[in-house]
Amino acid sequence: MLSRDTRDPAALPRLLLTVLAIALLWPGIQLAELNPGVLIAGDSQSEMGHFVSAFWPPAHSPDFLQLLLDATLQTLAIATAGMAIALLLAVPAALAASRALSLSAASRGGRPGALGQALRWPVRGLLIFLRSVPEIVWALLFVRAVGLGPTAGVLAIAITYAGMLGKVYAEIFESVDQRPMHVLLQAGSGRLAAFAYGSLPNAAAELTSYTVYRWECAIRASVVMGFVGAGGLGQQIDLSLRMFAGSEVASMLLTFLLLVLLADTLSRVLRGRLA
Amino acid sequence: MSLRLTGASLQHGNGVQALCDVDLSITTGERVAIIGPSGAGKSSLLSLLASALPPSSGSVELLGENPWQLSARARQRLRTRISLIHQAPPLPPRQRVVTAVLAGKLGQWGLGKSLLNLLHPVDIPGARAVLARLDLTDKLFAQCQQLSGGQLQRVGIARALYQSPELLLADEPVSAMDPVLAGHTLNVLCRHAETQGVTLIASLHAVELALAHFPRIIGVRAGRIAFDCPAAEVTPQLLDALYANEQLVSPPAPAATLSLQLPRC
Repeated sequence: MLSRDTRDPAALPRLLLTVLAIALLWPGIQLAELNPGVLIAGDSQSEMGHFVSAFWPPAHSPDFLQLLLDATLQTLAIATAGMAIALLLAVPAALAASRALSLSAASRGGRPGALGQALRWPVRGLLIFLRSVPEIVWALLFVRAVGLGPTAGVLAIAITYAGMLGKVYAEIFESVDQRPMHVLLQAGSGRLAAFAYGSLPNAAAELTSYTVYRWECAIRASVVMGFVGAGGLGQQIDLSLRMFAGSEVASMLLTFLLLVLLADTLSRVLRGRLA
Repeated sequence: MSLRLTGASLQHGNGVQALCDVDLSITTGERVAIIGPSGAGKSSLLSLLASALPPSSGSVELLGENPWQLSARARQRLRTRISLIHQAPPLPPRQRVVTAVLAGKLGQWGLGKSLLNLLHPVDIPGARAVLARLDLTDKLFAQCQQLSGGQLQRVGIARALYQSPELLLADEPVSAMDPVLAGHTLNVLCRHAETQGVTLIASLHAVELALAHFPRIIGVRAGRIAFDCPAAEVTPQLLDALYANEQLVSPPAPAATLSLQLPRC
């Protein structure tokens, strides 16, 4: 069937990669104990059916809406404050972890000097440490340390997101065209000024879009952390779930939807402005 | 003495020997054109003279100092007195022309002023004046991505003029312009060099432009200086020898059988 003319030398490697991917995935499914059959078993079906049928109509009594508004504002505040602290840490760390500010790279064809490269590793290690522990674990720790409430959520988001933002910022800094910055360095400019004039304009759109996306993730994370007592919408959902108040859960899920929609629109507007 | 190269060689990171044992000295206020075939090492020579790249061997002396024996800070200070105009100036596409031009003085400004200038241009009249000399005032607030190749080259020149260096280097500064504009732009550069006492060194593809605007001509071929003489002494024989290209006269017959090892992807 495969004559010499139509043979693609890449076909065999692709086939082998596919087989390998399936071979690796299968034990993963086994280990995760995924069994879709559970969903259609009789008991859980009626259990879930009762709960979901209580979703409509969503709760909308004035008292509950006031509560929902407070919880939403608290969630937004946790996410925003956490992101702000994370940015304070992430921006300097990203500049230190990447060759964005490397003066030696400008006169070495883009390759930074060995000493500078060695000094970048500790910063990278710090970023890896910050993001390797999930925010929910940090939240549990901080709830023990500073007590129940939003402070634990803010600190947990700040630490984990500093690690994530720092890593991705560093990669964005390195992926943009370095020549505009090198030309400025070769004309005697300082490092930070050369970065601000040469690299930042090219990186701005991507940085903004990633930052707004992370803010959206921070909103979701703050909700999850609410379950362990870090305040906000999550804590309310936890309470409503325990009381099987489906209509309240439905209202809160709709609020999530609105928040994510808001973040998405914001990201699009900002990107359009910078593109 | 504005600059001096002594036995300078330059080998690029990929192993290409760009310059071999070049000796050159140029006095303050001279105007010199570098000509030569493509790949002869004109851009590499200008990179050495701009202290953008260190020589692999030999020494470079610019404005009385050896940039590669200075500390990084002192070298940056020296570099503020030197400017290299690039053939295709690397400018961020979304940067405005006014910002790109004012960036010429980043080395002389502090960080605070530099960042303030990003928020609001601190010297719009200065940028407008230097663009006016190049007939580009109408593009003052345009983004760089809206400009043509020739207009971008003039933005690069405007930035260098705004920097007002003591040593002005230009790598094919007019290659994307029409003949009239190219002549005008070279006139602007030469006039600036004359009135300010600036040393001007430009590499050019167009030999007639080089001969018309520059008193001293340096011919570069295969990483070496082929000739270095006043413009009046450049003869057709010298130019023929400089641009002679055996490869073009008789292109080598392609090899009969190519056995390529296909990379797996």
